[in-house]
Amino acid sequence: MFNKVVVANRGAVAARVLRALNAMGIKSVAVYSEADYGAPYLEMASEAYAIGAAPARDSYLNQDVLLDVIKRSGVDGVHPGYGFLSENSGFAQRVEDAGVRFIGPSPQWIDAMGHKTRARELAAQHGMPMSKGSDVLPAEPAAILAAARAIGYPVLVKPAGGGGGIGMLPAKDESELLAVVERSRSMASRGFSNAEVYLERLFERPRHVEFQVLGDRHGAAVHLFERDCSVQRRNQKVIEEAPGPALERSQVDAVADRIAAIVREIGYDNIGTVEMLMGADGEFSFLEMNTRLQVEHGVTEEVTGVDLVVAQIRSAAGEKLGAILPQKIAVTGHAIQARVYAEDPKNFFPSPGKLTVFRPPQDKSIRIETGYAEGRDVTPYYDPMIAKVIVHAASREAAIERLDRALVAFDIKGPKTNIPAVLAILRSEQFRSGQVHTGLLPEVLAQAKKT
Amino acid sequence: MARIEVKSEITGTVWKLKAGPGDKLESGDTLVLIESMKMEIPVITEDGGTVREILVRENDPVAEGQIVAVLDD
Repeated sequence: MFNKVVVANRGAVAARVLRALNAMGIKSVAVYSEADYGAPYLEMASEAYAIGAAPARDSYLNQDVLLDVIKRSGVDGVHPGYGFLSENSGFAQRVEDAGVRFIGPSPQWIDAMGHKTRARELAAQHGMPMSKGSDVLPAEPAAILAAARAIGYPVLVKPAGGGGGIGMLPAKDESELLAVVERSRSMASRGFSNAEVYLERLFERPRHVEFQVLGDRHGAAVHLFERDCSVQRRNQKVIEEAPGPALERSQVDAVADRIAAIVREIGYDNIGTVEMLMGADGEFSFLEMNTRLQVEHGVTEEVTGVDLVVAQIRSAAGEKLGAILPQKIAVTGHAIQARVYAEDPKNFFPSPGKLTVFRPPQDKSIRIETGYAEGRDVTPYYDPMIAKVIVHAASREAAIERLDRALVAFDIKGPKTNIPAVLAILRSEQFRSGQVHTGLLPEVLAQAKKT
Repeated sequence: MARIEVKSEITGTVWKLKAGPGDKLESGDTLVLIESMKMEIPVITEDGGTVREILVRENDPVAEGQIVAVLDD
């Protein structure tokens, strides 16, 4: 097991990982930028190091400074959290080259899954359910048009090296395709320094259903069931739940088993999530694989009783899954998470500022994950998530009820928050009936505006 | 000639200038892109006019309500 681990991240995930390290009796090292000086979770760490100015490229993305902390503090493991350098294979390799374990999959898997068309190819070779897609598009317009014709309109143009929905643009027919490809290439080149784009079939009103997997360094891998993360704004998740509502249990279990078999077959060796889209026809198709802990891991923890962060760390330390996980993993009840963002609930514009009041509901049945406290500034430098509110109940109805009450009781003043938008979703007929899809949030908000 | 002040709706950092002095803009045109919380937010003029002055530079911090440009209609 590890002796001492640095958490190369900030906010809610830094707090979450530090809690796990403390529970395991592992010494911990936190890092902080100038903007996060004095953050409440830093006190949970055995040591804390300043790593630079507020902009992420000067601190949380600065590999040289982080490697310096890794060497100076004498750690034997690095937990990257999510975001920042968590899916940067170059960083993972540099950590390993320094003789320190990167707590995540081996760098080869980060690499293989980071490039979208290569990941699709690998998944398809192993029998993953796939929708039609193209290779990286060539320069010739005629070849681009032919690739789209082979898939059928509407198509989605996607950056091959990207993520987070940046540069993802739909094209409804041939007349607009070439212009859309150009725009996507320009955004991809700016955002990811890689102008490669490719085409996928565009699903209308799809559901986003993802599967949690965990592998070890001895060839074993399992799934820990699914999460539905269909409620999104700007391709970013807002509400996540497990199990997925209104799914055919035998079908979703079969997909989960197939995914676990594929992950085992390729030799994937740590935590990961296989994201799938479910079309209106009920068929699943591969979207991408995230080679890290997810923001929404908590809902899976609630329904399975497995501490995923502890399991991830133990697997990275070389323990076998058989020792880490219970013999049989089962789902009990229903869990839902809402992400509380500092943003305008109507136009989703960021709303940084001082948290003059920040009082989460005090109730043992409500789990709050946050890196903030009253009086702290929500700065414009990082993502707008200020807290995750997670509830677990016997049924989906009871979980929705409990989350509604928790959000109403969450007293936040200073920045605007998306809580009104989340409540509108939780109270909508469509969400309550389980008829979720990725366009639901804007639809419900538009309805609310009319009435 | 009326003076039109265009303000940023959000706190963030100036990412890119999209217009300069002398440019003739129409309602809805973008003057400046602000980066905040990993998002690009355009500062848009509600009224058409000619840019007299851009009051920020790239990488400058901006506060909500800060005037970023002045136009003449």
